[in-house]
Amino acid sequence: MSARGAGRRGRLPAVLVLPALIGVAFLVVPLVGLLVRAPWSTFTELLFSEEVGQALTLSLVCASLATLGCLVLGVPLAWLLARSDLPGRGVLRALVTVPLVLPPVVGGVALLLVFGRQGIVGRYLDAWFGISLPFTTAGVVVAEAFVAMPFLVIAVEGALRGADPRYEEAAATLGASRWLTFRRVTLPAVAPGVVAGAVLCWARALGEFGATITFAGNLPGKTATMPLAVYLALEVDLGQAIVLSLVLLLLSVTVLVLLRDRWINTPT
Amino acid sequence: MSRSLRALAVGAVAVFALAGCGSSDTGASTETTTTTESSAPKVTGEVTVFAAASLTESFTQLGKDFEAANPDAKVTFNFAGSSALAQQINQGAPADVFASAAPKNMTDVTGTGAITDKPVTFVTNTLEIVVPAGNPGKITGLADFAKPDLKIALCAEQVPCGAAAKKVFEATGITPAPDTLEQDVKATLSKVSLGEVDAALVYKTDVKAAGDKVEGIEFPEADEAVNEYPIAACAKAPNPEGAKAFVEFVLSDKGKAVLTEAGFGTP
Repeated sequence: MSARGAGRRGRLPAVLVLPALIGVAFLVVPLVGLLVRAPWSTFTELLFSEEVGQALTLSLVCASLATLGCLVLGVPLAWLLARSDLPGRGVLRALVTVPLVLPPVVGGVALLLVFGRQGIVGRYLDAWFGISLPFTTAGVVVAEAFVAMPFLVIAVEGALRGADPRYEEAAATLGASRWLTFRRVTLPAVAPGVVAGAVLCWARALGEFGATITFAGNLPGKTATMPLAVYLALEVDLGQAIVLSLVLLLLSVTVLVLLRDRWINTPT
Repeated sequence: MSRSLRALAVGAVAVFALAGCGSSDTGASTETTTTTESSAPKVTGEVTVFAAASLTESFTQLGKDFEAANPDAKVTFNFAGSSALAQQINQGAPADVFASAAPKNMTDVTGTGAITDKPVTFVTNTLEIVVPAGNPGKITGLADFAKPDLKIALCAEQVPCGAAAKKVFEATGITPAPDTLEQDVKATLSKVSLGEVDAALVYKTDVKAAGDKVEGIEFPEADEAVNEYPIAACAKAPNPEGAKAFVEFVLSDKGKAVLTEAGFGTP
């Protein structure tokens, strides 16, 4: 049985391989397109220019802060969706995924209507505390977190559903409180899922454009992240836009590979 | 095949609609139709017009008028930033007509040979200060744009309205303190109509199109940056007759009337 299984595993079925290869080509060919058209002579010059450095730093800081915020709010939310027996959980789950289907620009307008200085919440933030989110770096973080959080929630919820609840039950019978169980049993069990979700969330936040430019605006050094810089560079010079895109791409891939080595390989 | 069928169907509907109201129509309109028919070959099929975002309202109106005058034609628009449109045309997008908000973007297209006709400047546009209804920031002139405590939106200088704004500020010696540099003029305007900024610089025509959600404040320095809008038929137009007829229609007295009504200046 096991020998036959191994033999079968060795032969790759064309029905799967062919679409898989087409899938790879579909995802990689656009990247090749960027590489072919990139003006390599100006690459380093642009890479080390002040504006690019500024936009890059801002992108990294904002995406990381947004991911942190998503972890703080998203992991408990995922736990609620996976473990609690709250009524209307299905509706709640559907609501959580709204930012996934919402065009980001619409998300940005929605955020403006809520947190803008004329917004239903923003007007009180402004009047009582003098806090105004649009056109600030904090606004970038809010916009990115809004768009990226569903990725984290869905990944963590999936991991929680896949985890064996018997360990939690055992912990409970041994007298552990739900909070202690969550910290010492549940969270370590779903850690890879949380990391995967956080990585997805971070990557989505890093590439965020529509909600950011709509809600936080575009000001170099303050709210102009890399995707915004790419979009505006496109208005003037395709080559410059390509270089900026490649820088962003290179950076995100590097960070993801480093994280993968650090986090995904060490356990087990 | 299905597209031409659809165009045919649309054309047929237009013919019926026209025939329906033809009996009660005055003689004047039938006369203009016959003159266009005699001067130019009959326009049929789809005419694809790539036009700058700031032309959205006026060209949509012109498209309707054009279809009314040419019942067998259907005008389809692609409205976007002029530079994006120029790139699309250079990459082979099937455009019949290109109407740009700046000569530079037209030069980008004539430079690659995608347009070989000589572009004609058909309108001009100048900047105007726009504030939310009620003017909460108490803006009186361009000098207010330098106040750091006010929320100010400008177009990014990579897009035509931002380049024009830059020219105005350079000419006046005012250093603006913007809170955001938006990606196009409509995005800038929406920050004002949502009340999120106290003032912005947009085109006169945009202020007019936004209605009573905003107020416009004219300023004398606007004459420092007059934007010229060129139009031309594309060299590889899928519908060359349609392209030519549409350009002529825009340049006609009827076309000029619509554009002037929208707030554009005459070149």
